[in-house]
Amino acid sequence: MSAKKGITKFISDYAVVIIFVLLTVLSIKPSGLSVIYIIQEIITRLGRNSFLVLALLLPIYAGMGINFAMTLGAMAGQIGLIFAIDWGIAGWQGLVVAFLVGLPVSLLLGWICGKIMNRAKGREMVTGYILAFFISGVYQFFVLYMMGSVVPMRNPAIMLSRGYGVRNTLNLESVRQSLDNIVLLKIGPFSIPLITFVVIAVLCVFIVWFKKTKLGQDMRAVGQDMAVAEAAGIPVEKTRIVAILISTVLACAGQIIFLQNMGNMATYNAHDQTSFFAAAAILVGGASVTHASIPNVFIGVILLHAMYIVSPLAGQNLFGSAMIGEYFRQFIGYGVIAISLVLYAWKAKKAADAARMGLRAGASNGNGVTANGSANGATGPAGDGGAAGGSK
Amino acid sequence: MRDIKTFIQDFGWPRIIIFIFLIILFILAPIVGVRLDASISDVLNRFGQYAILVLALVPMIQSGCGLNFGLALGIIAGLLGSTLSMQFGLRGFMGFFGAIVLALPFSVILGWIYGKLLNKVRGEEMTIGMYVGFSLVMIMCIMWLVLPYSNPQMVWGFAGKGLRTTISTEGYWLKILNNFLAINIGEFFVFPTGLILFVALCCFLVWLFMRSKTGTAMTAVGSNPDFARASGVNADKMRVISVIMSTFLGAVGIIVYEQSFGFIQLYTAPNSMVFPAIAAILIGGASVNKASMANVIVGTFLFQGLLTMTPSVINSILQTDMSEVIRMIVSNGIILYALTRKTKVTK
Repeated sequence: MSAKKGITKFISDYAVVIIFVLLTVLSIKPSGLSVIYIIQEIITRLGRNSFLVLALLLPIYAGMGINFAMTLGAMAGQIGLIFAIDWGIAGWQGLVVAFLVGLPVSLLLGWICGKIMNRAKGREMVTGYILAFFISGVYQFFVLYMMGSVVPMRNPAIMLSRGYGVRNTLNLESVRQSLDNIVLLKIGPFSIPLITFVVIAVLCVFIVWFKKTKLGQDMRAVGQDMAVAEAAGIPVEKTRIVAILISTVLACAGQIIFLQNMGNMATYNAHDQTSFFAAAAILVGGASVTHASIPNVFIGVILLHAMYIVSPLAGQNLFGSAMIGEYFRQFIGYGVIAISLVLYAWKAKKAADAARMGLRAGASNGNGVTANGSANGATGPAGDGGAAGGSK
Repeated sequence: MRDIKTFIQDFGWPRIIIFIFLIILFILAPIVGVRLDASISDVLNRFGQYAILVLALVPMIQSGCGLNFGLALGIIAGLLGSTLSMQFGLRGFMGFFGAIVLALPFSVILGWIYGKLLNKVRGEEMTIGMYVGFSLVMIMCIMWLVLPYSNPQMVWGFAGKGLRTTISTEGYWLKILNNFLAINIGEFFVFPTGLILFVALCCFLVWLFMRSKTGTAMTAVGSNPDFARASGVNADKMRVISVIMSTFLGAVGIIVYEQSFGFIQLYTAPNSMVFPAIAAILIGGASVNKASMANVIVGTFLFQGLLTMTPSVINSILQTDMSEVIRMIVSNGIILYALTRKTKVTK
């Protein structure tokens, strides 16, 4: 009986990971790709994407769910890159300049984002998603109409022929893979961008260290239960803003790393899919909306991208249409996010129901908690937990 | 003085700003050489195109499910209905209403499943709805490629299979509502009587439903679930009914849109229909948990008015096309405003 329960729990906890491993392994053969090619691609994509995915960790610790507004940081990074290219700074120095330009922008955007999220407690995710679209509009306005007309630009090669606005595609030739190629380690058939991985490792160490600081501990407390944290004297709103702020700055750096590896940038769309890929990756890696760890990030990037590498060719060979594979992998990405969110919300609701059953005797207590209406439902579980604690 | 203050507070600053902006646009239009009658005709037309999609959001807001970011499900039901109707060669009113009837079973099934799911994930309906919508749109992308449609007007010419990205409704039910009893005044002004009548009919039916026993129970579930439960209302059932209604209205909405727009848009197009609808109802004064017919009508009119007038007027003034950027900022800004507004418990 207990063994059966154990298996059920294992499957429900790791459902997403299991489905993913099965799908990917099954489609390796029909894709016709060699294992060596797949591994090299995964190494490249680990270097390219891990940093962005790591940017999602802190908001999850702070109980704010997946930070879909990380896109804001990505846009800041792109603005930095545009200026670095415009000023003609090549090599890894160009990336540093891009980050230095992007830093104040991402700090400002992160602060705005934190403020807005504090006004939308309990629906941070959907708010972040919309905020990303909103700022994307502002970004377009800035890059398409302000640059070259109000903001002086030097390099006519990156501008539209009408004199202002940046071209649709920005060639990053001067900084292409400049971080990856500082030290390119060759092991057997594989080449490994060492410095990129060092940067990612430093970030991991930073996150581990940060969790142990006072601020990091506060963040965990806020993520557990905002009311209790507030009562314990933790500045809840400020802590949440800091979490978003750091996430946005990391996303800025992450997008620069991502784009230097890609080598060119779709000026107006490069950030569209950033949060989608990062969220899908961390959720595939076994994280949930409330719990995530560094291993989740790497497992997720490997699994998601292994799948992304094999599925178009598998689709081509199985169904005779590459489009089917393309649509299929997008479906998987969205589906994974949907399933993870559903599983999480489902569990939270079960926990809330269990807490309510325990409270049946003190019904008036429970009413007070739920009177805010279902719009605040997401904070419900936390509130119920608090009430349960009070009744003991 | 106090009255004005509370009025402004209730109506909300963003709405007032948009309203004033729209009026300024209408005043400027003749000055910069944009024909006013053509513009008004355009606005009316687009109002009719989008109104039912906006209306589709009402039941779920009322039942406490929040903004239906999963409206794409309804749109997909509508696309299935309209493509099947064309496949069967139904034309004229037969084709239009045939499409609605054919969409009905799909929207009931999809809505029922979606509603059951949303009952399990209270509090996260909006985020989950969005991703459920995205996922289904992607599955349907594959389906449009492999389903055995054969009408030559719909499938790719050279391959003979797989639906086109946009299918013209010409010769089937193009502008069937728009042209019904349409009134032409002068060369540029057309009043789409049939379209407006149909929209009015739909609004009236939903309004009537909301005042029926089921409708009242639904509103009760949305405004105070505990009270509703105490008075013997089955909250889960009410929510599922509201989701099915929303999905079906979404299906009707997209079919009405297609007949006026002239094309059935497949593949990833449904995704881009959802946000404008949500922005419209919010501009109309709805909140995340309260919406009325007035919100739908005012909102659609303001939002579509803005989308129609901004490109023509602003472009004439600035000589550049900034409409896309303005659309993005306004529509997402208004959704953001609604999401971050502190919800009032009582009105």
